Amino acid sequence: MSVTFAQLQLGAELSGESGVDPGIAPSLEPSLASARDYLELMKPRVMSLVVFTALVGLVVAPGHIHPVIGLTALICIAVGAGAAGALNMWYDADIDARMTRTAGRPIPAGRLRPGEVLAFGLTLAGFSVVVLGLLVNIVAAALLALTIGFYVVIYTMWLKRSTPQNIVIGGAAGALPPIIGWASVTGGVALEPVVLFLIIFLWTPPHFWALALYRKDDYARAGVPMLPVVAGDDATRLQILLYTLVLVPFGVAPWLLGYAGAAYGITALVAGAIMIVLALRIRAEKQGYAAGKQMFAFSILYLFLLFAVLLADRMSGGLFGHFAT
Amino acid sequence: MTMSDSMNDGVNKPPPFPPPLPGEREPGIKLTDAQLRARRSRSIAIGVALGLLAILFYIVTLVKGPGVLERPL
Repeated sequence: MSVTFAQLQLGAELSGESGVDPGIAPSLEPSLASARDYLELMKPRVMSLVVFTALVGLVVAPGHIHPVIGLTALICIAVGAGAAGALNMWYDADIDARMTRTAGRPIPAGRLRPGEVLAFGLTLAGFSVVVLGLLVNIVAAALLALTIGFYVVIYTMWLKRSTPQNIVIGGAAGALPPIIGWASVTGGVALEPVVLFLIIFLWTPPHFWALALYRKDDYARAGVPMLPVVAGDDATRLQILLYTLVLVPFGVAPWLLGYAGAAYGITALVAGAIMIVLALRIRAEKQGYAAGKQMFAFSILYLFLLFAVLLADRMSGGLFGHFAT
Repeated sequence: MTMSDSMNDGVNKPPPFPPPLPGEREPGIKLTDAQLRARRSRSIAIGVALGLLAILFYIVTLVKGPGVLERPL
């Protein structure tokens, strides 16, 4: 007959013979975590957006990079983003446990222990930065280290719990991947990837505040000072509109500055107009959050469209631009 | 006592658990089926990740040639 460790421990405790500190004993229980749980720690959906925007930065950069080295850079950026996600879940496990949207994550669900997640995140972070530095270049590695550090320390540990401007400033971490992609090719930074950075940076507040509007009870329960929780719905709706009005011109900027063809410009103008219409509807909405949900969904498509058209434009050698003009 | 005596001290030590008598259960931790499946899943993932990493390093070494560790700033 075989018995599990838990049964042995329970039997020993009942008979008063436990030689194991009950406070430590649970950490000795063999893990039930699967590979899928570790993958979940890396926030694969966020990771895919990071890889996509980094790919665009890499492709639009002048000069040549061997496809294998380019792929290596993208893998390192993806793993670095995954590491940042894991470290975020390690630090925010208490918040995640109180929010419906995140209660099923590996730590609050009890499938992984915080120490395992911390070790996993630190290992991936160190490894991704070192490999990027050794196989691609030091500037890209330094930018990746900055991104991970900014997301984990500045956003997760500091801003998220202390200010409603958390996602505004913290958005810089999510906006850096195109610059890392560019630096992987050129070994430096220029104005063009900074424009891409600004597009994602300015896109982040309306995107997350649209979500926070209809998830504010969740955030309030977890004690996270998101703008709708602290300043109320009206102030958030106004901020979404203002940030969208600033975002749209920056979305068109790559065309205005001559970095992209007319197809990109038309896409950015049309998609930007839809963003403004949705932001106006959010502002006008007095009851419910239908417009907020629409804005959240469309904002993902907006960013994807802009970067996809830019990518297609550059990969076709500016064909879109020549064709359209 | 010679060095070889001290090195062989462990040979005569009794095992941490006495061998089970006939019909008695094995000592130690027995993993449940779920724990075994989870451990197998983690082991496969680690193996695949290490294998891909080795292949990546090999290909990058071929691509970069002798200057594999030359890092332009």
